[in-house]
Amino acid sequence: MSDVFIVGIGIHPFGRTDNRSGLQQGEFAVRAALADADLDWADMQFAFGGSDASGKADTLVTQLGQTTIPFVNVLNGCATGGAALFGAYSAIKSQEFELGIALGFDKHPRGAFDPKPVDWGLPEWYGEAGMMVTTQFFAIKLRRYMELYGITPLALARVAEKAYYNGARAPHAWRRAPVDIDTILNSSMVNDPLTKFMFCSPSEGGVALVLAGEKKARELARADVRLKAVAMRSRPPGSFEVFAPAMEIDRGPSTTMIASKAAFEMAGIGPHDIDVAQLQDTESGAEIMHMAENGFCADGQQEAWLADGRSRLDGTLPINTDGGCLACGEPIGASGLRQVYENVVQLRGAGGARQVPRKARTAYSHVYGAPGVSAVVILEC
Amino acid sequence: MRLMCGRERSSGRLAFPPPNDPESFDPAELPKHGYLWSFTVQRIAPKSPPYRGTLPFAPFAIGYVELPGALIIETRLAGLDFGNLHIGMPLELTALPLYTDADGTMVLTYAFRPQRTAGS
Repeated sequence: MSDVFIVGIGIHPFGRTDNRSGLQQGEFAVRAALADADLDWADMQFAFGGSDASGKADTLVTQLGQTTIPFVNVLNGCATGGAALFGAYSAIKSQEFELGIALGFDKHPRGAFDPKPVDWGLPEWYGEAGMMVTTQFFAIKLRRYMELYGITPLALARVAEKAYYNGARAPHAWRRAPVDIDTILNSSMVNDPLTKFMFCSPSEGGVALVLAGEKKARELARADVRLKAVAMRSRPPGSFEVFAPAMEIDRGPSTTMIASKAAFEMAGIGPHDIDVAQLQDTESGAEIMHMAENGFCADGQQEAWLADGRSRLDGTLPINTDGGCLACGEPIGASGLRQVYENVVQLRGAGGARQVPRKARTAYSHVYGAPGVSAVVILEC
Repeated sequence: MRLMCGRERSSGRLAFPPPNDPESFDPAELPKHGYLWSFTVQRIAPKSPPYRGTLPFAPFAIGYVELPGALIIETRLAGLDFGNLHIGMPLELTALPLYTDADGTMVLTYAFRPQRTAGS
């Protein structure tokens, strides 16, 4: 079976763009990806696209061209971008198509997300009692993890400090100024043990990736960045996920662990073979927990990893090289595709001030969303 | 005061909140005592709607309580200083005033507080 390649990438800068809608940021990213691939919209045989809160991706055909291609809209919470890529990858892998595009965009109002209980199959009282708050989940999961594995608030601050350091070097990032450890630790507490600077914020942005089958990629002379694995999983029994009024006492693996394992099996490589990684960092602790859930270290080793700078740009496994969600914010539909965009940039050696110094040949990305969806992508060049 | 869940007839599996599905689930009572599984403090008022707490907003503790032999359930935590919260602390079921309805009715929610009585 032929492999799938990423032959074009495009991004609309993340953050706030007052005069441009979410859809327009998606369109911007599509045009950038097509230009990068030296292709036209008319060359696309299909599209998978999504936004959580900023309109229907398929309406973009009005601007891009009514070429009558199948255009599938995707909606999978924070994993929407990962799901769009999963769809596009599968369409080419099946050999039904040889050239298509995955895109995602969003434009969220300022402040925390505003989910409604009924949309999540939950009773009204769940929201009335103050439980419909995503940040609580991350803090509660993290508190237990810290107690079990000896992770300290200093480690949380180190993750955030690294994110803003990297974001300052990434043109598409939102937060472009470094923030020091003390400022992070002493900023206002949002959900103990997480302070303001340890959380990402909803933001705006768009990303598009042009995918091609192996034959087509060779014709285009773009057969360099190969999709070795795209694995997406929903939550298993016994996992602890966002918006869970109850869970089983017998704990099981997380959706991330399952998606990660599947991706490594598809790729035929292991965590030690990865040169650069983008991991879902909704907050500092999420990056720490996801380091272990994705198999890069054992539970508890993150404290030493961070103290030694192993996940910094010049470390043994650079993580979130563009500052991740902490520095880029989280436009839900675009976030998972931003990770893959950043990995392609790193594999091409085009990262400029944030380029990892060691030649990267493999890159890993992991996006996680409510109510327990994970998508993992492994690239190789 | 009792906190109810649903027990699936076919599997014995417990579900909370109890599903509105009398064909498949029997009502069952959850234990009144348990242990704090994990927690946080909500320092900023959740968005309203859906949140309906008394005003002005005061930070509240929230977490999960492990109810032995049953489930780990999400719950508001009442009657404690935030500084005393610790994983594993014994808790007991209580009621917590949440808000006063338009017709003057006080609406309560279930909550857990530090155990005051001998454990069961």
